[in-house]
Amino acid sequence: MDEVIVVEKVSKVYASERGPVHAIDRFSMKVKEGDFVAIVGPSGCGKTTLLWGLTGLHPFNGGKAYILGEEVDKPRKDVGIIFQQANLLPWRNILQNVLFPIEIMKENIADYEERVKDLLDSVELTGFENHYPRELSGGMQQRVSIVRALSYDPKVLLMDEPFGALDAYTRDEMDTLLLGIWKKTKKTIAFVTHRIEEAVYLANKVYVMTPRPGTNSAVFDIDLPRPRPEGITMEQKYFEIVAEIKKRIVKDVEKQKEEGVYQSQAYSTVT
Amino acid sequence: MDVYEKQLEEEIPDFEEHIPEKHGAFDISATVSAVKIHGWKQVTGILAVAIVILGGLELVIRLFKVPEFVFPAPSATFKALVTSFPTNYTHFLITISELVSGYVVGASIGLILAAVLTQVPYLEKVITPYILLLICTPTLALVPLLMLKLGFNIWPRIIAVSLASGPMVMINSVTGFRRTDLAKIALAKSYGATTFQIFKMIRFPLALPMIIVGLLVGGIFGLITAVGSDMVGGKVGLGNKITYYSSLARMAHFFAIIIMVAIIGISIWLIFSRVGKKYASWQE
Ligand SMILES: Nc1ncnc2c1ncn2[C@@H]1O[C@H](COP(=O)(O)OP(=O)(O)O)[C@@H](O)[C@H]1O
Ligand SMILES: [Mg+2]
Repeated sequence: MDEVIVVEKVSKVYASERGPVHAIDRFSMKVKEGDFVAIVGPSGCGKTTLLWGLTGLHPFNGGKAYILGEEVDKPRKDVGIIFQQANLLPWRNILQNVLFPIEIMKENIADYEERVKDLLDSVELTGFENHYPRELSGGMQQRVSIVRALSYDPKVLLMDEPFGALDAYTRDEMDTLLLGIWKKTKKTIAFVTHRIEEAVYLANKVYVMTPRPGTNSAVFDIDLPRPRPEGITMEQKYFEIVAEIKKRIVKDVEKQKEEGVYQSQAYSTVT
Repeated sequence: MDVYEKQLEEEIPDFEEHIPEKHGAFDISATVSAVKIHGWKQVTGILAVAIVILGGLELVIRLFKVPEFVFPAPSATFKALVTSFPTNYTHFLITISELVSGYVVGASIGLILAAVLTQVPYLEKVITPYILLLICTPTLALVPLLMLKLGFNIWPRIIAVSLASGPMVMINSVTGFRRTDLAKIALAKSYGATTFQIFKMIRFPLALPMIIVGLLVGGIFGLITAVGSDMVGGKVGLGNKITYYSSLARMAHFFAIIIMVAIIGISIWLIFSRVGKKYASWQE
């Protein structure tokens, strides 16, 4: 099994009071096993819609998506989702929060406790097991949610701007932490972000989406050394790749404006 | 699949902080949190105020020789409480059993109705006005009617208590169950949660703080109704004793009964503020 995620010409149209909104239009993508792919595009281009389509919670209404060879039509136990917000349950302590998926799946909690403790340790949260979410900072909460997604050992991780709500410094820390986890666990990751810098730092491959309706604009293979050397984000080569992708996005916007099809993101409640 | 799960297919949750609004239809959480006792200093202060008031009262009543039928001295009330306890004890138990059985029936029905109705928004909109009607009509007024049908026994009172507490529990629980956090439901669904698991692990805990408020208010309303129905119909129960002693102007005994009723009320408050502290403190 080489291709873990296959997206074939998926589309999504939302019904709204002001008529149908074409969020995604025939977008295609492939993610190989163990790969780290980022999806970027201007705000409102359908990135969140794409990712939620892959979760099986929010079906596409055109095209097909496959995960591990099976068509996606419901949530899968080999997929972990990390949301824009940590989305922890405030009435559960940290340990109970990270064991939440295990409880839902009716697995034996005892079999997972060791694993979960190791994971908490790897995100530097040992000692916080009995704390409640409100006692933790945003960055810590999001680390808990990463542990929660990894607790049941899914093969695939879907992440939607997971660090978007954090401050710039914490965000960079989290990016580095995520790369460490990826290297150790060898998960296949699809990562949505509107920050090109983040996408280039993290991913092997960057899919660019056009402004709404989101279609395939370009794919960039990121030719930077692995593991990412310290200070890579200060280097010429990194800047060049980032600039190239940004130019591409600006061009897409201009092209749409010329054709008179560019829409302001009036419906955007989700970013 | 429930309504909220269907909603997920239509929209992606916005992840805004869904701190559920704290104020339900009959929110008395303010009273719950207002009385927080921190340490001995506060306890001493509260006791000191009680001593000053009771002592002052005692002094004034003795000094001016106020007769008992006008106002009993605290010491006389205390004596009445102790000496009449053996006879009043059975009445105390009767009122308690009216309250407990009526409350258990009413609160359970209210809670179940709330859980079910919030699943069917249309039904909820149709039923709620009737529940409000029940809340706004003092069920005490129904006791004479119920007595005509059921006789001079404990049943009319149990029914009145459940009619008073049930709607109160229900209306608050409905507010609780309406706090649906789509993002958290999405989370549970992403692990393959069933509708029942979503109810048990997301919707119920989310509603619990409001349910506890409902249970507390329902309990107090139940107590009022139990004592009131004792007054209206029959020869037993604490309410009946209140009418009896006041008609004889035996004010010390009268106040002794009032104290017993107050103890029940305070216990209800204590129980639910304890429960609230345990299961609802996460939202503070
Ligand atoms: N429930 C909805 N109803 C109508 N339009 C929606 C709905 N959800 C999203 N959209 C629109 O679909 C487009 C894509 O949204 P989204 O996937 O959230 O974009 P992104 O994550 O790239 O910012 C946006 O223009 C947004 O306004
Ligand atoms: Mg988005």
